[in-house]
Amino acid sequence: MDFSFKPEQEAYRQEIRDFIKKELPPGFEAGVGGHVESDEEWKIARSMTKKLAQKGWLNIAWPKEYGGQNNHMFSVILNEEMNYWCAPGLDFGGVGMLAPALMAHGNEEQKKEHLAKIAAGDVVWCQGWSEPEAGSDLPNLKTRAVEDGDDYVINGQKVWTSLAHHADWCFLLVKTDPEAQPKHRGITFILVDFKTPGITVSPLVTMSKERSFSEVFYDNVRVPKKNVVGQVNGGFKVAMTAAGFERSGIYRIALALRNVDRLIEWAKRPQPDGTVPAKDPVVRQKLADLYIRGRIARLLAYRVAWLQTQGAEPEWEASIARVFGSEFQQYAGHTGASLQGMYGMLMRDSKWADPECNMALQSILGIGATIAAGTSEVQRNAIALRGLGLPRG
Amino acid sequence: MDLDFTEEQDMLRNSARDFLSTECDKATVREIEEGEDGYSPEIWRKTAELGWQGLMIPEEYDGMGMGLMDLLVVFEEIGRNILPSPFLATVALGAPPIVEAGPEEMKKDILPKIAAGEAILTLALTEPSAGYSPDCIELKAEAKGDNFVLNGTKLFVEYASAADHMVVVARTKSGGDPADCITLFLVDSNSQGIKIEPFATTGTDKQCEVVFDNVSVPKSAVIGQVDKGWPIVEKTLKIATVAKLAEMCGGMQAVLDMSVAYAKERVQYGRPIGSYQAIQHMLADMFIRVFTSKNILYEAAWMAAEGMDCDAKLSTAKAWCNEAYKKVAEDGVQVHGAIGTTRDHDMGLYYRRAMAAFPTFGDTGDHREVVAQSLGL
Repeated sequence: MDFSFKPEQEAYRQEIRDFIKKELPPGFEAGVGGHVESDEEWKIARSMTKKLAQKGWLNIAWPKEYGGQNNHMFSVILNEEMNYWCAPGLDFGGVGMLAPALMAHGNEEQKKEHLAKIAAGDVVWCQGWSEPEAGSDLPNLKTRAVEDGDDYVINGQKVWTSLAHHADWCFLLVKTDPEAQPKHRGITFILVDFKTPGITVSPLVTMSKERSFSEVFYDNVRVPKKNVVGQVNGGFKVAMTAAGFERSGIYRIALALRNVDRLIEWAKRPQPDGTVPAKDPVVRQKLADLYIRGRIARLLAYRVAWLQTQGAEPEWEASIARVFGSEFQQYAGHTGASLQGMYGMLMRDSKWADPECNMALQSILGIGATIAAGTSEVQRNAIALRGLGLPRG
Repeated sequence: MDLDFTEEQDMLRNSARDFLSTECDKATVREIEEGEDGYSPEIWRKTAELGWQGLMIPEEYDGMGMGLMDLLVVFEEIGRNILPSPFLATVALGAPPIVEAGPEEMKKDILPKIAAGEAILTLALTEPSAGYSPDCIELKAEAKGDNFVLNGTKLFVEYASAADHMVVVARTKSGGDPADCITLFLVDSNSQGIKIEPFATTGTDKQCEVVFDNVSVPKSAVIGQVDKGWPIVEKTLKIATVAKLAEMCGGMQAVLDMSVAYAKERVQYGRPIGSYQAIQHMLADMFIRVFTSKNILYEAAWMAAEGMDCDAKLSTAKAWCNEAYKKVAEDGVQVHGAIGTTRDHDMGLYYRRAMAAFPTFGDTGDHREVVAQSLGL
């Protein structure tokens, strides 16, 4: 066994840190997964994306034939550093989901049209999968695509579509055979230009006031048949490829690790009442426990990444990393805010808030961690069924 | 990065698993537990033939000269199967100080005997204060002519009742840095003035009180240098902690395997209970605990094996695995229901060991504190 990073991996990590220091405006902080809120921040995020693309880092995990470096470990290190330093600009949807699906299932024309633009950071893609009646039960999606000449006509509603309010294109799952059993055999994966008439984006606001995802309504939206990726009614397989490319989940762990590091430094500082939290044995125990969970979460993420570099397709390992990592993120936010007591409820720009270590927002943000991209319960189902071979209920 | 065991380690694991399942079924485990010795001399001889006792003893002293990761593999299997035996006491507590710092004459004499299964050892470290720090050592060794005279009480000395020799951690100086006053002695258990009393414990690992009443040992029994023994203890505790953690992870795996198998066959309301999500999620959580425990153990053990600074990492692992094994064992009994609480059921063998392993070599609070200190808190 060998848990060390190679010298070139360590060097790359340092290069990323230097890049972030140079390119990210001082004090700038993106949220989970590089989320930004205002138009001004979005401009910064886009410019970071372009700069990452110019360095050839955006698609560093892609196979060489598509202009990448086939370096999954580099990609995870990049992901970790960007998120640890709260830097926006990575493109999860286009680079990390759609592109691998196109490489595996797309035709030459589709690859030619889209891959280079994704690698250049020119197009913002969103993922149109979840629906009001299709959350954990994705195959139950109802958005309907009906053939009409050379087109499909799409009608229905998607929800929780991240980045929809900024998106140029969407990779969409539609129902092309409502009678198919099992249901996932009636689903098609199709690429939709978001400028097409009939698309309405209606942003949803989280309890922490973030506008990260939207409802998207499709009203007689015409999409050319040539935009189907893979087989008609074979879209679920394409979707699984898209979802399976980056499974480490390092991004959420990195952000939470940053929070833990901030809390550790916070605990060493005297507080308004004159006490130093680090002198309290209870605080010491809680922070150590947080740190321990964080180190384990990170280790699991790297194990998943390492398995992927070995050509394996981690299933239950990725689900374990996912459950553990997201629960750690949540726990870090909650524990952090509770350690800070009354100050733990002050939002970052409040007068008395600690500017170096603000856990208030983190304590609220974390609540979605165990839901997004597969709830903890669905992950535990997968662990039980696929990891332990238990019988279906 | 390479997160797999080597092919040789896989072979070692398989051979250990085969051996233990053949030679030490659960009826045998119970029989040994109930017996006075707390181990089977016959199995002890056979594991020596397999080279286990000499795994980490250098080849020049008839050992196998293998590393800590290899030892970990064997201990995982021992924990998985359960083998009541002075194996940890001998291999991970008694032998390492001698390998590390024993005088050549002592090494030549005792190490080949350990490797051959002819000598059982243990470490007499803790005292009624039950702590693992140098200031907890009160047993005194005073120089008298060509000898040292030992007086004091050691507590929680595992398998002292079976040991031919004990490595005794004694105070040879008072005042100053407590870590700078400790000397290690190799003491014959039959020396005059030694009184050994084993206790009934949850883990049935023959925890003993050892009273030293004017026990005289020659100066040639000193391991390392006088007053400079504490670093040897620290190094030994790293090996012992890895061994204990591996045993714990093996035990957790066994509890999970048994519980999954039971959930697949136990039918209630016309369905296997393993098809109910309440049970599925409990088992998934047990699996998460086993998997996280192994991952952090392997990383810590690898660091220790590479000679890296691993104190905080080992503490990370012990703090985590303590809680994990306790919960896995609790959930394992819960999945089994009432039958899991009986003396006749195997779950109890593991549950009792989970509880005994918890404080051994430091409990969760101790190790979280080590981590806190490593973070500058």
